[in-house]
Amino acid sequence: MSGSRVRLGVDIGGTFTDLVLEAGDRLHSAKVLTTHAAPEEGIITGLAEVCARAGIEPSQIGQIIHGTTLATNALIERRGAKTALVTTEGFRDVIEMRSESRFEQYDLNLQLPEPLLPRNRRYTLRERVDADGGVLIPLERAEVEALAAELAAAGYEAVAVGFLHAYANDIHERLVAEVLAERLPGVAVSLSSRVSPQMREYERFNTTVANAYIQPLMKSYLERLGARLRAEGADCPVFLIHSGGGLMSLESAAEFPVRLVESGPAGGAIFAAHLARAHGLGRALSFDMGGTTAKICLIKGGEPRRERVFEVARSYRFKKGSGMPISIPVIDMVEIGAGGGSLAHVDAMRQIRVGPESAGSEPGPAAYGRGGTRPAVTDADLVLGRLDPGNFAGGAIALAPNLAQAALAEHVGRPLGMGVEEAAFGVSEVVDETMANAARVHAVENGEDLAGYTMIAFGGAAPLHAGRLCEKLGIARCLVPVGAGVGSAIGFLRAPFSFEASRSVFMRLSAFDAHRVRALFEEMEEEATAFVRRCDETARVRTALKAYMRYAGQGWEIPVPLAPELARAPRAEALRARFEAEYERLFGRIVSGLEAEVTVWSLAAFTEAPVPARLPPVEALRLRRPATTRPLFDPARSRLLEAGVFARADLEPGEAVEGPALVVERETTVVVPASRMLVVHADGTLELRQKEKNDG
Amino acid sequence: MAEAGTGPSKVAWQVMWNRLVSVVEEQARALIRTAFSPSVREAGDLSAGVYDAQGRMLAQAVTGTPGHVNAMAEAVGHFIRRIGRQNMFEGDVYLTNNPWEGTGHLHDITVVTPVFREGILIGFFACTAHVTDIGGRGFGADGESIYEEGLHLPIMKFAERGRVDETLLTLIRANVREPDQLVGDIYALAACNEVGLRRLHDMLGEFALSDLAGLAAFILEHSRAATLARIKALAPGSATASMTIDGYERPIDLCVRVTIEGERILADWAGSSGVDAKGINVPLVYTKAYTAYALKCAIAPEIPNNAGSLAPFEITAPENTIVNALPPAPVALRHVIGHMLPDVVFGALDELMPGTVPAEGAGALCNFQLSLRPRSDAPPPPGVRRAEVLMFNSGGSGARPALDGLNATAFPSGVMTMPVEAIEHAGPVIVWRKELRPDSGGPGRQRGGLGQVMEVGAREGHEFHLSAMLDRLRHPARGRRGGGPGAATIITREDGTPLGGKGRHFVPHGGRVHMAFPGGGGYGPAEERARALVERDLALGYISAETARDLHGLSTERIAEVLARARRGEIFGGEQP
Repeated sequence: MSGSRVRLGVDIGGTFTDLVLEAGDRLHSAKVLTTHAAPEEGIITGLAEVCARAGIEPSQIGQIIHGTTLATNALIERRGAKTALVTTEGFRDVIEMRSESRFEQYDLNLQLPEPLLPRNRRYTLRERVDADGGVLIPLERAEVEALAAELAAAGYEAVAVGFLHAYANDIHERLVAEVLAERLPGVAVSLSSRVSPQMREYERFNTTVANAYIQPLMKSYLERLGARLRAEGADCPVFLIHSGGGLMSLESAAEFPVRLVESGPAGGAIFAAHLARAHGLGRALSFDMGGTTAKICLIKGGEPRRERVFEVARSYRFKKGSGMPISIPVIDMVEIGAGGGSLAHVDAMRQIRVGPESAGSEPGPAAYGRGGTRPAVTDADLVLGRLDPGNFAGGAIALAPNLAQAALAEHVGRPLGMGVEEAAFGVSEVVDETMANAARVHAVENGEDLAGYTMIAFGGAAPLHAGRLCEKLGIARCLVPVGAGVGSAIGFLRAPFSFEASRSVFMRLSAFDAHRVRALFEEMEEEATAFVRRCDETARVRTALKAYMRYAGQGWEIPVPLAPELARAPRAEALRARFEAEYERLFGRIVSGLEAEVTVWSLAAFTEAPVPARLPPVEALRLRRPATTRPLFDPARSRLLEAGVFARADLEPGEAVEGPALVVERETTVVVPASRMLVVHADGTLELRQKEKNDG
Repeated sequence: MAEAGTGPSKVAWQVMWNRLVSVVEEQARALIRTAFSPSVREAGDLSAGVYDAQGRMLAQAVTGTPGHVNAMAEAVGHFIRRIGRQNMFEGDVYLTNNPWEGTGHLHDITVVTPVFREGILIGFFACTAHVTDIGGRGFGADGESIYEEGLHLPIMKFAERGRVDETLLTLIRANVREPDQLVGDIYALAACNEVGLRRLHDMLGEFALSDLAGLAAFILEHSRAATLARIKALAPGSATASMTIDGYERPIDLCVRVTIEGERILADWAGSSGVDAKGINVPLVYTKAYTAYALKCAIAPEIPNNAGSLAPFEITAPENTIVNALPPAPVALRHVIGHMLPDVVFGALDELMPGTVPAEGAGALCNFQLSLRPRSDAPPPPGVRRAEVLMFNSGGSGARPALDGLNATAFPSGVMTMPVEAIEHAGPVIVWRKELRPDSGGPGRQRGGLGQVMEVGAREGHEFHLSAMLDRLRHPARGRRGGGPGAATIITREDGTPLGGKGRHFVPHGGRVHMAFPGGGGYGPAEERARALVERDLALGYISAETARDLHGLSTERIAEVLARARRGEIFGGEQP
């Protein structure tokens, strides 16, 4: 990545749109409200703002990297297009029957999540392909045409096509696509053989349905965005952050929008991983809380964990198996409906509940004064003294404390017979406890103990809640990086350019075809390198080869890394040796006398991620005294305390501040609880550190 | 974290307990990733757990199925007794498929690995998986003694000090239909324990522990105390229930008395039918497993499963009944009866704890195994092969006091179905249909879960035997508190000729078998069902127009209107409370 280039990172969240412009080694940021009806308008507003701040014309921008939660939110909130599924006769209920199992063994009142499409939106056609791709029942064009008429009459906006074994032979899916293109022009069609060409029908169909469901929304948005940016003079390549934290082109994002699931949060995880490496943290908990949701991700050894299947919208205490599986490479994290805009209410059991419903940006929390009358987490934060009403979100929105108080009194205080402050405290505790629980569950699922972790807090609302969350989770250290309020957008600019090409070419080692394998790798290298070159013409491009291998008869493969020389001169014996070494490393012992096979070949091309310089530990601390104070409610002490107020820009490396305190910056405020002190690192990162226990 | 001089604090023990659960989860995951039989790698018919040095179960993977987990809880004790501690060495791996000392039939292989730390035996890992074939007659009900049901592997060493017993493997290979698959599965079981063992050592190192004794005491004591607190909160009392099911050649009565008494709960199966001539008998260990499961679901669902939380449940059955069959009784399909036991227990609990338990459901998994081979009526085309293919499928579960039953979802078993695409790779089988069965849910204020329909045949050039393991053909799931019964099981040839629910059926080249699996029973009177839910059921095709009209009194005009809206793809609400 050449230093002189001007690059823009844009992150659309449920409430705010964040922009970060990198010009040379300077970062400029802007935070504007997300404009849901036309999200590109918010970007254009922010673009003007950030360009003005940087003194740069949009035409000087060389590259835009964009991430968005629009895809995820459409799935979670079920706001996608009116979508039909066309599938093989006899298999109408695959996405409803799931795996026919229960994700929780002992709960007699278990409820399974509803399928994305109800049964009356699922249609079947007479056709059948066998496991080897042979056609058992040919699909009749006339039947497809008849179905097309039915779909047209019902007014579907999108159609997912998922036939059995279509990953092995897509002839029937292509026929449906062809007829629908003729008969239902303008209707988005997703084929399972294109979206997720993998065996196992439930995951493949579900992924295809999710893709179709959000495609009209995402495609029209991306097209409008491209046009609006060009109109503003920003006629540069636009790349999207995909779920795995890498980049994809605008065109392929429009075709496979399901790969944008968790796109913004993936950028956040990359941001946190970058910081973890710079601070030499072996184990970090990334905590990203914005206006609508909170994201929690474990980062070990400077790398976020990756998975091949992601579950959207877990419905049962965040439990594994209770969401919709989407087969895409993802950064493993949990996302829950807890953000600044999450709305609070009192339920039938007279308990305070917060989220997942969000006030979003329109109307927003009551304090925005934009017509919202129900209390959100931001209203509680304001009442508790954590926010400066005149300096919220970089001064973009003036907050009205009287409206926040009225909303809390009306919807929480009055029903429970509490004062406004107590109601605000209740809302804040509930949302913090919800997030703490999600973090615990995620850690347990991964066999981790959070006590040894360092939290990295970013996103507009995280620095307000991170201190309390650390208290609840028993985490002693928390870092709040520079640019915390727009962390994900910064992360986009740190993502390495990478592209993984893969081919499902099944091969037994006993029938190894070296010529074919060499050709495969050549083809993949060309494809992957070409993509990376489009992103960066000059950087050094490296490649990594993998074969996904197993013993014949197993159902799951293990990734086997191969030396690059093997691409030029592939040999079966070398593959076998690598496979067995890897198998033994993972499982302790190889299986004697069985044949091995390769199912998928992959080649990734990438530029090297910039290696952050390791920062020195903080030197002797100089305690800074506050010039002004303000009352701040401290949840652990359950009372108002007088907190020192500081401007982040005024704090110098090596300085420390005693909690309770508030550190105010453009896009957010860092709340330092009474149990913590705050230390400023050399790179400007703020650290919340547990005080020595001297106050009993 | 440690309190000065007193060892780990309560919080620290709690953290380690959670970690132990994730160690066994990882153990189970390794088994799925390395297994060969689709029943293991696709359907998750397995379990994994960790034990202390005395053989007491401390934690189990939540992915495990109850029949395995609760049976395996006792298995490790048998291994300690048979092998002898003095003969246990680092690097050893033991196995068995003894139904009475393992998990109830020869098709389940249990593998146990001792854990040594600094030369001292500190605990065990165990895991169990259901393999596709173990020789003998093949998986099915037809055996008349254990000797016909396959190769019996008494408790013995698979590996000693890291060295695999090749003689044993040669013997196994010679006696089964899918030798590579079975040997591969045994290796996978050993690998699964190996992964658990490594993670446990990491954990012990991290928390500076030299053994599991302290953690075991903490886990077992807390689980036991929490379970006792639940039991004490119940009103003491005693109730009986019985249920009749199809059996093989004659109906089977299952009778239970459940007694809540101070600090324990007793369940006794006296009065149940005697041992059957065919392979549907149940070893006591498996009866205990599913009885304890049912009691736990109703009384203490969120307390983790281990030796401490299981201890207060005392389960008995007279010897030589179908629920306590002794060797050499045939037991291959012990699950068909074992899976029915929770419904009987719930019948008794409904009296003792009203408004807690569901109506009866499909109960047993709706399984069948296909033995495919080249056609024998004419010369087969090239490329044909032999294969054993096992499929797990589920009917509907019983309606709950406030919720409908679950459609085509396993209960009480914890296994998954195999993806059709994976099954069609495993052998030359074609599944022509697998979808929900309309009108099969028992009517009620809460509707029973729907069963499903399936249609199976072989690929060109093959014929096969279908070994059926189905029940509820003549004894469908009964509703509760005024709810109606679910639909009964049906199995026929493609021309409608009925077949038996159990036993091997020959299907010639080109033939197919049609099956309709049972629905769950309803809960509460059907007249009380909300109109919006009836209309949604109609729109989704869960019930037919006839049922909507005859049972729920929807007018013909209203039915037409609902169906027209459904065809336009409209969404139908009707959320349950």
